[in-house]
Amino acid sequence: MATDTPTSKAELDASFSELYKAHLRDVYSYSFYRVGNHHDAEDLTEQTFLQAYRHLERALREADGRPLRPWLIRIAHNLAANFYRDRSRKPESAIEDAGMISALHTTESLVEGREELRAILDGVQQLPDDRREALIMRFALGMDNREIARALGRTDGATKVLLHRAIRQLEGIIEEPSSNGVAK
Amino acid sequence: MTVNVEALLREALAPVEPPVRLGEQLETKLASLTELAQEELDGWELAAMRDPRNWVRPVIAASVAATAGTALVALRVRGSHRNRVHESANLLDLAERTLQDIAEETRRVLPDR
Repeated sequence: MATDTPTSKAELDASFSELYKAHLRDVYSYSFYRVGNHHDAEDLTEQTFLQAYRHLERALREADGRPLRPWLIRIAHNLAANFYRDRSRKPESAIEDAGMISALHTTESLVEGREELRAILDGVQQLPDDRREALIMRFALGMDNREIARALGRTDGATKVLLHRAIRQLEGIIEEPSSNGVAK
Repeated sequence: MTVNVEALLREALAPVEPPVRLGEQLETKLASLTELAQEELDGWELAAMRDPRNWVRPVIAASVAATAGTALVALRVRGSHRNRVHESANLLDLAERTLQDIAEETRRVLPDR
């Protein structure tokens, strides 16, 4: 990304185009692992970039040269929260929580034949929202602690603890199948 | 059972490639929203006001700042046109009310502007 704040619409459009190309896969991956299906992930990704386009000028100014990926993921994070809130008001279209990702991955052949990966994905689904999101950002998007902290609005230290606890909890889930029935 | 959770997480949470059509859809949507805003504002209440261009254009130029939200501003202002006509005493009054509505809707829809 350019570090200077664009002054014209053409420069702003160029910055947006650059941002879009650089982070489409990140936003889509995050959206996919949050909502669990391609259709809603596409909607969420589209809404994220539309909102990013609206606020890009201010974001560039405030970022002061820092990467914009955490800001983008934070937009997706907020939109995903709204997505779940809206769905909870419409029980007829509620998405399934348990097994959502694993079922999808099985269908999509992403983890075909890998029971341990299914167990991991099932375990991730059982984690509290903030821990699950931190793991998605770290492992699906490759974000470092500082980026995750910015995306989640936490300190670097709190994020480090969050990730550590998420991994420990996940280990507990998959190593004690008898208590939760997840791992096979 | 001892597992390397981090290694499994890297494998299980592999990045997902977005469909190619997603980029095309987004570009189309951004372009159409911007064009819609331009059209709505260009044709905006010209019939009701004889020649508002001289003093309305600066406001239009400010509103059409090439953000997707401007389309919403235009639609909301246009949607309340009938009410303003009923409430206005004369053409000048109507024009002033319309400008106020644009400013108000812009603040509401595009709060950072």
